[in-house]
Amino acid sequence: MSTTQQVAGDDIAFYDLDPHEHPAHGSTMLGFWLYLMSDCLIFATLFAIYGVLGGNFAAGPSPTDLFNLPLVAVSTTALLLSSITYGFAMLEMEQNKQGTTQLWLSITGVLGAVFLGLTLYEFYHMIHEGAVPQRSAFLSSFFVLVGTHALHVTFGIIWLVTLMVQIGQRGLIPANRIRVQCLSMFWHFLDVIWIGVFTVVYLMGMLR
Amino acid sequence: MSSTDHVTPAHAAHAHPNPSVHGDGHSHGTRKSYLTGFALSVILTAIPFWLVMGNVIADGMITTLVIMAFGVAQILVHMIYFLHMNTKSEGGWTMMAAIFTIIVVVIALSGSLWVMYHLNTNMMPGHTMDPVNLM
Repeated sequence: MSTTQQVAGDDIAFYDLDPHEHPAHGSTMLGFWLYLMSDCLIFATLFAIYGVLGGNFAAGPSPTDLFNLPLVAVSTTALLLSSITYGFAMLEMEQNKQGTTQLWLSITGVLGAVFLGLTLYEFYHMIHEGAVPQRSAFLSSFFVLVGTHALHVTFGIIWLVTLMVQIGQRGLIPANRIRVQCLSMFWHFLDVIWIGVFTVVYLMGMLR
Repeated sequence: MSSTDHVTPAHAAHAHPNPSVHGDGHSHGTRKSYLTGFALSVILTAIPFWLVMGNVIADGMITTLVIMAFGVAQILVHMIYFLHMNTKSEGGWTMMAAIFTIIVVVIALSGSLWVMYHLNTNMMPGHTMDPVNLM
């Protein structure tokens, strides 16, 4: 390297010696996207585990005994609606309307809470009937996959509430705007994962 | 990426007056695109639920394939209309990361299912092998 530079003279530089300016939050969105992709791999492994073990009932309850499709349809509707309400919050934020942004964010949070409540109700109901994770490989993989998704929604709601407090205190400052955009990607990503869950676990489970 | 990003002419043309507000070349939806995505999403959710809950198709295998196709279509709708995925955002790096992830996911899923299916069928306790053929 050094010999090359000596031979080539002073004009050629092989690396940038001077630090250069980066716009604030310039790479935040890409970084968060990369995090989501790694999260996607976690869910892919959980889906693979469910795909392999989902048929091992160990003479225990099967999906047709346990799942309540109308309930799943309601929770799916709640999550779908929360995606569009978050979209409306993003549109209001672009127009600098803090009040309506907060309103749509709170509606999104309520719909997320409805989804989470229905999932917890389903879990409680299943455990009450003796369909605990220890019962069979099917139930272990089911609780891990759906539970991980519910955990993500829980943290999404915590993030949403924190963000609404921050917007209330500081307004729609650039830092808060970036956070709203990141949470938007997180929220829509959870919706994408839920599409996989209701298709593979619930609908295909009823066909097994 | 970032060292070359802000000097390329293509990026300079797209640069927002206040880049800190709007991220780096990240596209946004309009009310129309969000509503289109939502309408498609509702249709693509309602049909699989109807197919399974109403027992519309007698053959379970065909129903499975159909609802999987609807699931994939809906995931694509969400990625385009809600996550605003395109080949240009962040200089194409979001798309590259997504394609890489999809390849890894497909390998992990299909590989696991394929290997474990054969393991199950070949190693089941009831599956007795002819001792003569083992020699």
